[in-house]
Amino acid sequence: MRNITKTFGTIVANDNVSLDIYKGEILSLLGENGSGKTTLMNMLSGIYFPDGGQIYIDGKPVSISSPREAFDYGIGMIHQHFKLVDVFTAAENIVLGLEEKGRLDLNRAGEKIRKICDTYGFDVDPEQKIYNMSVSQKQTVEIVKVLYRGADILILDEPTAVLTPQEAEKLFAVLRNMKKDGKTVVIITHKLHEVEEISDRVAVLRKGKYVGEMITSQTNAQEMTNMMVGREVILNIDRPEPVNPRPRIEVKDLTVRSSDNVLKLDEVSFTANAGEILGIAGISGCGQKELLEAIAGLQTVESGSIRYIEDDGSSESLIGKDPLQIASMGVSLSFVPEDRLGMGLVGSMDLTDNMMLRSFRKGRSVFTDRKTPKKLAEKVVDELEVNTPGVSTPVRRLSGGNVQKVLVGREIASSPTVLLSAYAVRGLDINSSYMIYNLLNKQKKNGVAVVYVGEDLDVLLELCDRILVLCGGRVSGIVDGKTADKNRVGMMMTRLGGGDFE
Amino acid sequence: MRKESKEPLIHITKRRGVPWQKAWLIRIIAIALALVICAIVTTAATGLDPVGVYGTMLEGAFGTERKVWILGKETAVLLCISIAMAPAFRMKFWNLGGEGQVLIGAWMTAACMIVLGDSLPGPLLILVMLISSILIGALWAGIPAFFKAKWNTNETLFTLMMNYVAIQLVAYYIIVWESPKGSGKVGIINQMTRSGWLPSIGNYQYLLNILIVALLTAGIYIYLQYSKHGYEISVVGESQSTARYVGIKVERVIIRTLLLSGGLCGLCGFLMVAGTDHTITTTLAGGRGFLGVMVAWLAQFNPLAMVLVSLLLCVLSRGAGEISTAYGLNQSFGDILTGIILFCIIGSEFFINYKIHFRKSAGGKLEPPAGKEGTEHV
Repeated sequence: MRNITKTFGTIVANDNVSLDIYKGEILSLLGENGSGKTTLMNMLSGIYFPDGGQIYIDGKPVSISSPREAFDYGIGMIHQHFKLVDVFTAAENIVLGLEEKGRLDLNRAGEKIRKICDTYGFDVDPEQKIYNMSVSQKQTVEIVKVLYRGADILILDEPTAVLTPQEAEKLFAVLRNMKKDGKTVVIITHKLHEVEEISDRVAVLRKGKYVGEMITSQTNAQEMTNMMVGREVILNIDRPEPVNPRPRIEVKDLTVRSSDNVLKLDEVSFTANAGEILGIAGISGCGQKELLEAIAGLQTVESGSIRYIEDDGSSESLIGKDPLQIASMGVSLSFVPEDRLGMGLVGSMDLTDNMMLRSFRKGRSVFTDRKTPKKLAEKVVDELEVNTPGVSTPVRRLSGGNVQKVLVGREIASSPTVLLSAYAVRGLDINSSYMIYNLLNKQKKNGVAVVYVGEDLDVLLELCDRILVLCGGRVSGIVDGKTADKNRVGMMMTRLGGGDFE
Repeated sequence: MRKESKEPLIHITKRRGVPWQKAWLIRIIAIALALVICAIVTTAATGLDPVGVYGTMLEGAFGTERKVWILGKETAVLLCISIAMAPAFRMKFWNLGGEGQVLIGAWMTAACMIVLGDSLPGPLLILVMLISSILIGALWAGIPAFFKAKWNTNETLFTLMMNYVAIQLVAYYIIVWESPKGSGKVGIINQMTRSGWLPSIGNYQYLLNILIVALLTAGIYIYLQYSKHGYEISVVGESQSTARYVGIKVERVIIRTLLLSGGLCGLCGFLMVAGTDHTITTTLAGGRGFLGVMVAWLAQFNPLAMVLVSLLLCVLSRGAGEISTAYGLNQSFGDILTGIILFCIIGSEFFINYKIHFRKSAGGKLEPPAGKEGTEHV
């Protein structure tokens, strides 16, 4: 790729990027959020068309204007969000959109799929329906789909974001097999240990520009981070000692069913202490969301109790109360939900209007007061280094990390006593992630009971004082963050109590 | 297997943050383009001089003082309905029942005038008419809102069906109230006593309606933009889960907003019957309940922009009526011209939101980055 430029309106996503990808290698594409990794790869796979520059394959100039043309050149991309039809089987999804001659022969397709699976060590049943599959299986189907179309160059966009450590290991093994077979793999990521583990070479983008490339074996995490961020960054997450920990939220035998009567939480009991970060680990969809929403008063509870314990030891039940009633009890409970723009913020509103979501009711006037929220917005922008043209920009226009800073900034502005956070650093780059970790630690030092639902086990183990492991809506165990072993926690996520098979 | 492919001739990208000057420039270009197309169509279809036709259109809208007043009256009605739609639409509640809500308000006004016309003193009668028409309009919108809030029924179908209930109800009562008997019409209500008629300011029969609607427009603008209710409406419209997350009672906001929306429609019916028409027909709203939906969309739910849009639509429709009589053309011809103009205006929004790049096929040569090379619209 030579001198590739792509702009969206006034935003330059890729600025004169030149990148070489060699046959038979695994290349990591590293960069912060909004550095243009995905955009660049989307141009290679025919989703976008570059505004300037030229792509060469085997030395020949080519023009790729649709994913189908990309497949003709042997390029296939596995996106972060899977593009599968839920009610179809794996085989049906894999052949979908292919215009092969003759009638549709699913048996033959199934054979071909099994052959691909045997070659690379995949585990896919062509007859299985997508809705019965785990996230990792769905991802496998996506990869097989690309291989089925004869791709030689595979691009994976943050493939491990949704996987458990064990699943990620399996994926890496498959990728290594592909490399042996002469295939080229490009993996977009911002997890440094993965870069070190899997790739031969690493190319770094920063703010749409190409920064440089290195042979993975000749570099280290610190050097890569500095290149990615553009300055020195300290890679350790602090874990200050818990400050005067005392029980704050006590959950007992909490059982929650979803609206279609599926058991989401099954007799969950734990205590969240003030001045401590309680981590919650689990494969996605194991009841984390329901647990936090139940505490925040957004989820109907079937049975069990949630009690808020004051400093003087008196306690009150939070069950059956909506967020407004909880607030009127004098409980300052902040919640950073998983779906930032769909729940925590209003995407089309500007920073000021989003700041007043929590506070707009204050005062007797029928009119809203926009001066105080505006000041708050300016303060948040200033203190959390939010990158925005101004406080009257719709939050939807901000990048993921900045959106999260706005949300977290608002939630901690009310000086909470409980801070619930769901996937607070999902999709955030290193720099923003560390800022969030620091903010959480600061809250902890202020004596706030912080609940941190996370997906990156390394981070959970470094940041949290205790980790509650959920498995299928039940408590698999609570471990001490300082002494817990990553593999053990991984096992607990997939099996109750983490016992070995058999 | 590998084929050489050409670069796409046209590709479309989304713009972000178009400066308002540029947006208006695009709109003006669109209107100019619309006038050119209309001119071509006019000449080709009728052989008339397009400039003369445009002149006649303006004549039809603004030609005499009386025509200006009629234009004002029509605009006020359309604007009033659009204003009534604004709160519901801001909340993404697709109220298509404006027609029925106006009609039922008008029906209630007429009923009061006929039944209570002789027994209540004038000011009290008007007060009763006013309140009862607002209440019934609110009820007409409140029923679908209640079902939406409680059981998440489809508000589009529900409000649409409520229109037919209102129309049939009015049709029935027109027969009950018909005067003279057998005419199938209600005729002018209380023509002799004028009881229940809104007073006119000076000699200007329509001025009161226009002033009331102007006040309403300003009021709704302030309500939506600056009040806490208005803020809640915007939040609910954007995301109900955000609203619940911050403790807004979504059901209550939906019902409250639709009571307001329907109440304003009922008020509009009151203004039409008591203020200007003094009679009732099933076609009183005349499709303006739906036209108001279009106005609200074109104005992007901004009450102030609705003033411009409803004025434009009324000018077009008055002008179209004029050319059909002046040149002895079919009424449809005016509608064709109106259609072309609206098409161009609505189409221009696409060019405001998206950018189109043209490129010449340039083999393997490097191209300068876009931006230096002029990118064109239209």
